[in-house]
Amino acid sequence: MKKVFGSAAEALDGLLHDGMFIASGGFGLCGIPELLLDAIKDAGTKNLTFASNNAGVDDFGIGILLQTKQVKKMISSYVGENAEFMRQYLSGELELEFNPQGTLAERMRAGGCGIPGFYTKTGVGTVIADGKEHKDFTDSDGKTQTYIMEEGIVADLAIVKAWKADATGNLVFRKTARNFNPPAAMCGKICVVEVEEIVPTGSLDPDSIHLPGIYVHRIITGAHEKRIEQRTVRSA
Amino acid sequence: MWDRNQMAERAAQELQDGWYVNLGIGIPTLVSNYIPEGIEVTLQSENGMLGMGPFPIEGTEDADLINAGKQTITELPQTAYFDSAQSFGMIRGGKIAMAILGAMEVAENGDLANWMIPGKLVKGMGGAMDLVAGVGRVVVVMDHTNKHGDSKVLAECTLPLTGQKVVDRIITNLGVLDVVTGGLKIVECAEGVTEAELRAATQAKIV
Repeated sequence: MKKVFGSAAEALDGLLHDGMFIASGGFGLCGIPELLLDAIKDAGTKNLTFASNNAGVDDFGIGILLQTKQVKKMISSYVGENAEFMRQYLSGELELEFNPQGTLAERMRAGGCGIPGFYTKTGVGTVIADGKEHKDFTDSDGKTQTYIMEEGIVADLAIVKAWKADATGNLVFRKTARNFNPPAAMCGKICVVEVEEIVPTGSLDPDSIHLPGIYVHRIITGAHEKRIEQRTVRSA
Repeated sequence: MWDRNQMAERAAQELQDGWYVNLGIGIPTLVSNYIPEGIEVTLQSENGMLGMGPFPIEGTEDADLINAGKQTITELPQTAYFDSAQSFGMIRGGKIAMAILGAMEVAENGDLANWMIPGKLVKGMGGAMDLVAGVGRVVVVMDHTNKHGDSKVLAECTLPLTGQKVVDRIITNLGVLDVVTGGLKIVECAEGVTEAELRAATQAKIV
């Protein structure tokens, strides 16, 4: 089955519908699926719910879909760098569900692994625990602690950025641009990936593949801007 | 009284050879400048990296290589990368020996508040709740009082919590306090600070 498509718009054809739930990779502006986000903007799909660690900045990343009011709800751990996001949130136009960062990552991983819920200490005794099931567990040292249950995420669509793919969808990521991309890919019923380079099948070392192609349904390549959010340097 | 750099230098004394450590944003970041000689520590960045190096030399910045504060950084010979689920797996699983982080308030039972002020703009907790719940030891580095002169070391936190009974040690501009049964215990006073001054600036119960 052919997984490589000619453009982001072609790869998303037939997959988008109003009110859908999308999981996106990326941390800040690092490793975000910028081509697919552009194509979703062009498609005009509305009332989207996004599970994504951040919401981009005003003119890049998910921020471009906030400008066009295509997003109904964000599930994120940190949304600090986006003025339009704050405006829509404070005016009640946009719903926001804060998840601790590790809980969000594990919810995606678990959802993709067929695990509908898991227990974690993260957030116990905070507003995050309100309304969630609490349960005590005793560890092998005999110490009893309280945990809360968090649910796995299964998204209608996952959009992901990797460095390289082969035609079968085996993926290799680069440095910290990996971040949320593998768990996001895993939790999507359908996963569309954009890469900087599609390499011949057989040219990737099978021992060095970060995410096997079983999780990947459609692949595109194209030029990436890869914007830097905080340029920090030292003198030589 | 200690300044920011002296607080960071004091916090660096908490590091032990072989430890994997997560440093928060602000004064905790400065701790990496004071790692004692003969001590090897590996810095974790929770966006998916162990072995965090210094900022890059101008012209070598890499958009694919950032820390949890979204700043460009560099890698080291021992660097390893992984995804966010694995990153927080090692945090939640207790593999990270210590986190050093800033705070708005700490209570005498170890409660920590550092992520939101009701009525003000809330940006999110990021990875702070996972870190304080998961790592082996939590050290807070902060000013002892706020800009109005009120104690940030309290009987009870007034702000929404980041974690419940999670703090082990507090390092401030006035000294070092440990969270123990029944309250806080003075470990040391900063240069030029008397125990009476430290007690006067602390609302929490000192045992």
